[in-house]
Amino acid sequence: MRLTVEEAAMRDGSQGASIARAMDLLVRYGEALGAERLVKTRNVAGAYNASNPTVADMARDGFDRVFSELNLDSDDVVEIPHMAVPTQQLITGIDLDNYEIQGVDPKMADLQRRSEAYLGKRGINMACTCTPYQVGNVPVRGEHCAWMESSAVIFCNSVLGGRTNVEGKESTGAAGLTGRIPYWGLHMPENRYADHLIQVDVDVDDMAEWGVLGYFTGYEVEENQPAFRGLGNAPDFMKLKHFGAAAASSGGVEIFHMPGVTPEAPTLEAAFGPNDMPAPIVYGEAQRKRTWERLQHASERKLDFVMLGCPHNSIEQMGLIAELLEGRKIHPDTALWVHTPRAIRQIADRSGFSAVIEAAGGVVMSDTCPSISRKLPPGVRVVATDSAKQAHYLPAIAKVEGWFGSVEQCVDSAVAGEWLGVVG
Amino acid sequence: MSKTLTQPTTITLRGRKVVGGTARAEALVTRQTISGWGGINEREGTVIELNHELHGQSFAGKVLVFPGAKGSSGWSAFFHMCRLNKVAPAAMIFTRMTTKIALGAVVTRVPAITDLDGDVFELIETGDIVEIDADAGVVTITKSGTATQE
Repeated sequence: MRLTVEEAAMRDGSQGASIARAMDLLVRYGEALGAERLVKTRNVAGAYNASNPTVADMARDGFDRVFSELNLDSDDVVEIPHMAVPTQQLITGIDLDNYEIQGVDPKMADLQRRSEAYLGKRGINMACTCTPYQVGNVPVRGEHCAWMESSAVIFCNSVLGGRTNVEGKESTGAAGLTGRIPYWGLHMPENRYADHLIQVDVDVDDMAEWGVLGYFTGYEVEENQPAFRGLGNAPDFMKLKHFGAAAASSGGVEIFHMPGVTPEAPTLEAAFGPNDMPAPIVYGEAQRKRTWERLQHASERKLDFVMLGCPHNSIEQMGLIAELLEGRKIHPDTALWVHTPRAIRQIADRSGFSAVIEAAGGVVMSDTCPSISRKLPPGVRVVATDSAKQAHYLPAIAKVEGWFGSVEQCVDSAVAGEWLGVVG
Repeated sequence: MSKTLTQPTTITLRGRKVVGGTARAEALVTRQTISGWGGINEREGTVIELNHELHGQSFAGKVLVFPGAKGSSGWSAFFHMCRLNKVAPAAMIFTRMTTKIALGAVVTRVPAITDLDGDVFELIETGDIVEIDADAGVVTITKSGTATQE
């Protein structure tokens, strides 16, 4: 890999041991990829928090040890300076305002608090959400980013026209300290065109249906790059968020193109660029029905837990849930947790939405989700969610049964204490 | 006249180094991609994804032969923790390059190789002994139970 004079000096220690370690990792990673060079970035979003039991042992030796090992892949403990470029913490494991409800050990909450202080002092902002683009981090078109979180990466590339690969914990540590990331994959304009075509023959309009189309897409195209034909309804950003998160869960989709909607696809032809347009993969009524069934991992209707807000809810989604819950009570045997970024929670509080959800017996959570924290209310066996992504992951991670449905079905079911949606 | 052959069958393939080093171990082969976060147990070195053909099986100390990585961006962190917990694979042979698998192989710090000049899923079976010299870009496969008679 070719390094600039400045980058070579960084690797050789001109800016200290931690920058040298970061550059060493980026070179090893870039060479593994077959990248020819690095690219500058001023937009890094990664996972830095240290708050699980495995990390707790390491944290006894100090947070520099945790960062050195897990964010730089360095055997030596190096002193971590301030980040070189704007850097953000993505979703984390503990909501410090709700850790008791989560069932988190107070010692772990204390570790989280100290970890956040350590990271904040080094310039890593504690947005603590899987949706950076909902709380002010909105890359401009063509901006080179280094982001983790598959649902954020697909949104950044497809909806915003920013450029990022799916980065990891170690590469985002190195990127924060150096402002560099390998120039490979979706950083290169020639790699961003569509190579698969999905023909949509059914009406896709509400949130749940966009999630189902995304889930279908991921299974069909795996890690490839789909464009769409036949979409009758223009999706808003919430639908694109849900769609992308689903496609990045059932497959490894990192970019998609919707002509007339997403910025790099003014037309279907432009979406494919120099690539041949392949025969279409049809999404019709049979495929729609089969994908709905594929999202159901449950047989028991009695419901213990309803999880809303994956990816984290927008303020409009919070308002809708409050509206659906107004004057109602959640069944005493069923728990309802609603997840939204901390910044949006402030608005939900001021707007009275949080109070309505809490009066109905629900909990408004920030910073985390049950799949990331692996924390659910005690004794949960059957879960329902409005998220295709959560329906994909939670049953495997938490060993529970899982239903998927619309937000309306989920709220009604939480009130009834049993699943009222479709049964596969 | 029949003759007993005791020479095992070996196959040699060439490819591109991803992470340098050498290893020799039994192969564990799957045609399915593997998830890191949510797909493996990092304390035991096992595949936990429901419906995966390797569900419940351990890759610790094995030469893992697979198409590559899928799923969450936590892929590298989970294989990184496998190394710290001493349950990492001995080596990785894969066919589809992505940032997840590249970074994951780097931080797992095991010999890794890709772009081999033969179909690894046809030529390597679980239980074969596989020797990797990643720096030289060479993989040598010794078929299990290949002592044949004619």
